[in-house]
Amino acid sequence: MLKYIIPLILFIILAVFLALGLNLNPREIPSPLLGKPAPAFSASKLQTTARDGGSAAIGMEPMRPTEEKLATADLKGQVWLFNVWASWCASCRSEHPVLNQLAQQKAVMIIGLNYKDEPEAAKRWLAQLGNPYDVSIMDQDGRIGIDWGVYGVPETFVIDKQGVIRYKHTGPVTADDVQKTFLPLIAQLQAEPS
Amino acid sequence: MKTLTLLFLLMTANATFAAVEYRQFDNAEQQQSYQSLISELRCLVCQNQTIADSNADLAQDLRRQVYEMLQQGKSKQEIADFMTTRYGDFVLYNPPFKPKTGILWLAPVVFLLIGLMAVFLIVRRKKSASVELSPEKKEKIRRLLEKGDAS
Repeated sequence: MLKYIIPLILFIILAVFLALGLNLNPREIPSPLLGKPAPAFSASKLQTTARDGGSAAIGMEPMRPTEEKLATADLKGQVWLFNVWASWCASCRSEHPVLNQLAQQKAVMIIGLNYKDEPEAAKRWLAQLGNPYDVSIMDQDGRIGIDWGVYGVPETFVIDKQGVIRYKHTGPVTADDVQKTFLPLIAQLQAEPS
Repeated sequence: MKTLTLLFLLMTANATFAAVEYRQFDNAEQQQSYQSLISELRCLVCQNQTIADSNADLAQDLRRQVYEMLQQGKSKQEIADFMTTRYGDFVLYNPPFKPKTGILWLAPVVFLLIGLMAVFLIVRRKKSASVELSPEKKEKIRRLLEKGDAS
């Protein structure tokens, strides 16, 4: 009897491991940046018309449009979303309507990182598909991307009022992710003292 | 035909040249460090390639990063640390031994031991299964065989 049970047990163990392995996503690499201060940047803005009154509407100080650069220090004291995108990125296109919708809810400030992109192509993209970003900064040579450990566009980070990265999402954000993960987390972070 | 072959060779040659980057190093040691670093760092886009093998955009950027840091006089360890603080241990093809990577390092040894144990058990069982025949039994077998031959 044992002769048949042992191979069966071994088979089941193997099957469980393989099933788990199949369901893991190898693209999802845990970021060592979670819980760490957001890597500092000071980068040129992509000159566009930001979403109207986004930041002002949630009682935050609106960004002065005359400033050419945006630095991480400017964002201290607010919860913000950092979304890495590019006009050449196909999955960004599927993510875009979700971001537009999130922007309309005005729950959080959304900063875009226009990653390794042509400014003209990026502007065209935003003009065509709508601009969910309060500001997009440009990272044409990918250096900010390296600092943030970006490896697959799109990526989305959530940064708290202390400037600490609290969450990272790799791949396109879906409406479901927004409802189940992003909005509850944002609400929690907004409630934290700055 | 010859011109066609030549044309073909020229075309393929072009394709390989396109992937070569020109890097100038201060000394041979630095070049050595560069080569060994880029062949130890994983490209996170094409995960089973090193950044030396991969031609992905990110791999190119990371190679540039490694090169620049070497030019600034950073040590290999400093560059490896720079990469791991951003991308995690996964970026190293040769990850350090720690609790998190323990399974990775120990599993092969454990499996080897299990295999050796299984072999040992099977061999021992096989050995005990072969029955020693007593002289009387052997004699009986011989007689039976002879009888069979005679008939």
